[in-house]
Amino acid sequence: MTAVVEMHDITKVYGQGEAEVRAVDGISLTVEPGEYVAIMGASGSGKSTVMNIIGALDVATSGTYKIDGVDIGDLDDDALSLVRNRRIGFIFQAFNLIPRMSAASNVELPLMYRGVRRSERRRRALDALAKVGLADRSHHQPNELSGGQQQRVAVARALAMDPSLMLADEPTGNLDSRSTADVLDLLDEIHSEGKTIVIITHEDDVAERAGRVVTLRDGKVESDVLAAAR
Amino acid sequence: MIFIEALRSGWQAILANRLRSILTTLGIMIGVAAVIILVAFGQGASNSVTSSIQSLGSNLLYVTPENPNRDGEIVNPSVQELTVDDAIALNDPVRAPDIAGAAPERRTAVTCTSEDRSHSTQIVGTWPSFFSINNSPVSAGAYFSNADELSARRITVIGSTVAESLFPESDPLGRQIACNGVPFTVVGVQAEKGGAFANPDDVVIAPLSAVENSITGYGEVSAISVQASSSETTDDAEEQAIAILDERHGTTEGTRDFEVFNQASLLDTANTALGIFTALLGAVGAISLLVGGIGITNIMLVSVTERTREIGIRKAIGASRRFILLQFLLEATVLSLFGATAGLGLALLVAQIEIAGISPSVVPVSVVGAYVISVAIGLFFGSYPAKRAASLRPIEALRHE
Ligand SMILES: Nc1ncnc2c1ncn2[C@@H]1O[C@H](COP(=O)(O)OP(=O)(O)OP(=O)(O)O)[C@@H](O)[C@H]1O
Ligand SMILES: [Mg+2]
Repeated sequence: MTAVVEMHDITKVYGQGEAEVRAVDGISLTVEPGEYVAIMGASGSGKSTVMNIIGALDVATSGTYKIDGVDIGDLDDDALSLVRNRRIGFIFQAFNLIPRMSAASNVELPLMYRGVRRSERRRRALDALAKVGLADRSHHQPNELSGGQQQRVAVARALAMDPSLMLADEPTGNLDSRSTADVLDLLDEIHSEGKTIVIITHEDDVAERAGRVVTLRDGKVESDVLAAAR
Repeated sequence: MIFIEALRSGWQAILANRLRSILTTLGIMIGVAAVIILVAFGQGASNSVTSSIQSLGSNLLYVTPENPNRDGEIVNPSVQELTVDDAIALNDPVRAPDIAGAAPERRTAVTCTSEDRSHSTQIVGTWPSFFSINNSPVSAGAYFSNADELSARRITVIGSTVAESLFPESDPLGRQIACNGVPFTVVGVQAEKGGAFANPDDVVIAPLSAVENSITGYGEVSAISVQASSSETTDDAEEQAIAILDERHGTTEGTRDFEVFNQASLLDTANTALGIFTALLGAVGAISLLVGGIGITNIMLVSVTERTREIGIRKAIGASRRFILLQFLLEATVLSLFGATAGLGLALLVAQIEIAGISPSVVPVSVVGAYVISVAIGLFFGSYPAKRAASLRPIEALRHE
């Protein structure tokens, strides 16, 4: 089976000369379908940078990267948009819902960019919202929802896309412990249904739920441990 | 498909910022209204001038005495005034086959009174053919006849303004008026002619012989009106009139002591001048439309900056450059179209109002033009902000607070 994520010797360099920062410094990482991987590491260790490259939001300075076997290296802006739209479901720390749009419309949005018919995507959006337990909030706008609810809408948005990879950057960073548990339970459930998940986190108890923990340090992989081995 | 989705997204953004959208629309609305209204006023002015010239008769020539002078010096000291005999000479079917008729006019200012009212106006002493030459039917009563002219009867056909002034509540026919103390019997009322220049309805018309007899005395006439046989032959009729009068006065081009006005060429000149006038007004409107367009760019740029993060989210979940571009372009175009529609409504309202005697006439081309131009404005002035939005890089846009 093709690996979902296949990074080989990836570097990301910001700035030049004196000001040069090697945010990612030669990382190779493979994520197989159905894996649940947590990426950990101190602040500034390069987690978000890696996540942006995995999510095809950014391109690496050097190295090769394949999503579902597709090489991302030489794709242009629009092609990258398409890759994100077809294969990646993002869950951001800051929720990143579009203001003044209902929860259902937010969840529909990626499907719209994919060209799915209106009735079909509305149905899929409502299904996804029901799955995260927000069926009764589909008409609410983000500012009418609690932080935990907003993040569940974001999970629904990622879910409705039926992506190859769910990518979450500190999804619980802005949430209280109750909402954190809600969102993590959801991710567990999604994972148990066979989805591939990569989650970036500071917190050990979040990482504990993952089957594999990759720890970064100064832009390099410090350790890569399977849960069974812990 | 993508078009409809982009339109829907743009529309949502317009609704999300209602006040701002309305203010932006206002700029275009004022611009479009200005173009349509100003052009309508230009056209209205043009219509009223044209109709007042045409009411004089488009195949009318008008001969007036004119002292030839050069640098203020009178060149021909022995000028002859126009006379009744000149008018008789112009009524010559052999030498002037294209002249249908010519009538002398003797004009002078008078004060006319009815029993209880007084009105300052102008009396015209002329021949009965004056009415057909000048395209002046009566709305009530009758003309005077050649017999009346021969016997110098003191009867008169009065203009509608005079009729209203002297007989506001009663029928003037058969009544007596006194002009400079000389009594005249009203036999007819001239149909209203209207016009933007000197009021052609403020006049009292009487047989030439009667006017000369009792008011002005005999002598030169003020003008001779000449009717060409048709509007196509006005230029020929003009040449024939000039030839006859040159011969009678012993004048040539440089020493000519009369002048012939040709209504047809006057109409041409007026139309050209008014066309320029209308174009200028349209240009003034177009400038405000331009200002409105710049307003759209401005507001769209603010909107792109304010929505940077939103654009980042949209791109992160898969919006293509094309989609973002289309969404912002359509947003600008929709705003602009709303402005155009509101502007059209405003213009149609204002066009009901008559200002300075000019009733504006909305030109369909200006309506269509204003729409086409406002779509173009939306696309043109929206394109820069839309490009800015489309080329935002998703990671940077997402980092934007
Ligand atoms: N756009 C940028 N320009 C320059 N340097 C950058 C940029 N983005 C990140 N860096 C640098 O790259 C390094 C890694 O940053 P990154 O955001 O990946 O860290 P992180 O592990 O996500 O940290 P945190 O846990 O605080 O979110 C940092 O030293 C940071 O200063
Ligand atoms: Mg980070």
